[in-house]
Amino acid sequence: MNKIISKLIFVCIAWTIASTAYADPDKDQTVLGDYFKNRFPGVALEEYANGAYSFDSIGRESWEAIEEFPPYEIFVDDGQEMWETPFANGKGYKDCFANGPAIAQNYPHWDKKKSMVMTLPLALNNCREANGEKPLKYKKGSINNLLSYVTFQSRGNKTNVVVPKDDAGAMAAYEEGKAFYFTRRGQLNMSCASCHIQNAGNMIRSENLSMSMGHTTHFPVYRSKWGTVGTLHRRFTGCNKQVRAKPFKAQGQEYRNLEYYLTYMSNGLELNGPGARK
Amino acid sequence: MNKKSKSLLSIASALLISASLSTSAVMAKEGSEEGSNALEEGKNLAFTRKKGNCLACHLIIGGISPGNIAPPLVAMQQRFPDKAVLRAQIYDASKNNSETMMPLFGRYEVLTKDELDKVVDYIYSL
Ligand code: HEC
Ligand code: HEC
Repeated sequence: MNKIISKLIFVCIAWTIASTAYADPDKDQTVLGDYFKNRFPGVALEEYANGAYSFDSIGRESWEAIEEFPPYEIFVDDGQEMWETPFANGKGYKDCFANGPAIAQNYPHWDKKKSMVMTLPLALNNCREANGEKPLKYKKGSINNLLSYVTFQSRGNKTNVVVPKDDAGAMAAYEEGKAFYFTRRGQLNMSCASCHIQNAGNMIRSENLSMSMGHTTHFPVYRSKWGTVGTLHRRFTGCNKQVRAKPFKAQGQEYRNLEYYLTYMSNGLELNGPGARK
Repeated sequence: MNKKSKSLLSIASALLISASLSTSAVMAKEGSEEGSNALEEGKNLAFTRKKGNCLACHLIIGGISPGNIAPPLVAMQQRFPDKAVLRAQIYDASKNNSETMMPLFGRYEVLTKDELDKVVDYIYSL
């Protein structure tokens, strides 16, 4: 019975994508939250930040064991060193981010001047380039150290993405991100929502599918499969490839708008990154 | 094949026939072997991640750690008296359910026609 209700509500969520005349991000979050509440009656909302471990008790045990000696710790330390080491011109990240390093909760945000979604990795690279340094790569490598440090320092702050309703550009970016999430892609013809909304809590082979809410709270993430820490856009790339879709460019407009929508859905949840996952 | 082995073969087959084995028995034997080989192929196609990967979502008896997204594939002939209906489901699952999670194996050419036929035969044998 619950399954039938879930299915009906899922169809409704998908339908609102096509039918709403203008976006209402708060309503989107409420509808999605109610859907998951119905699907996961025993799971508290704060637990969503722990992904599949919020309902997979077997996976949770080994995850908790891993968290006792966090594999991302060394990345946090290396990131701190990067943050504190001045650029060749004598300035540093501190000069770009006056409130740093605990700033992850402010990203992504709508940059009115640039008329685009500004993410944390992009802002960090803008800082580097403004000071004559080469930008870092967006999926692998040392950007993950910096992100690990900033994210670790931001732990406990609440996700607080703002979509200014009076800004048509921001609303359009949000809508595009949302549409991306529900669009089927690839030869296997699945959307992000097919797995992380429609089938959240189910098992695809031996993987527990996590719910979309809470997906952004713990990035960058240490993945045993990667053997290192990787960015959110690296994860997007992987999930696109799984369905044989061509991935988009990390930090390109598509993934930035996707991040804008997805992070908004986690508004109110505490940041708990870096995370550790299979 | 060179001339020598060709002639060896023809001698061998001549011997087989002249050994008064019933030709129909030989054919029946070959037929069933071919049949079970084709079923085995269908099974491999259904199980392999790069092809059918049916186990990602369906329980199939004999398959290890199946997902639980979709109904178990058991008692197929009772549930699908008409094999064509089964084939249509695997060819294009969106015809029955526009919100389906199941890949459109035929329509999106995840499987070739030949592969699809083999998978259908195998699933029908369950
Ligand atoms: C074929 C199924 C499938 C599709 C489609 C899919 N994912 Fe995933 N995704 C997974 C699996 C499996 C995992 C790992 C288990 C988990 O945490 O859900 C995962 C993990 C993730 C994670 C990390 C979760 C965590 O807790 O760290 C994010 C973020 C994510 N997916 C986003 C997306 C986005 C965005 C899309 C669409 C572009 C997408 N996924 C499409 C199967 C899928
Ligand atoms: C990613 C998930 C997924 C994969 C992979 C998948 N299916 Fe399905 N399948 C489903 C779902 C979900 C249903 C239930 C009907 C629906 O929602 O469309 C289904 C329904 C079926 C049905 C109808 C069952 C019934 O009881 O009515 C058959 C037959 C079937 N699938 C065969 C296959 C075969 C054969 C393969 C592999 C070649 C396969 N499926 C791969 C998800 C999947």
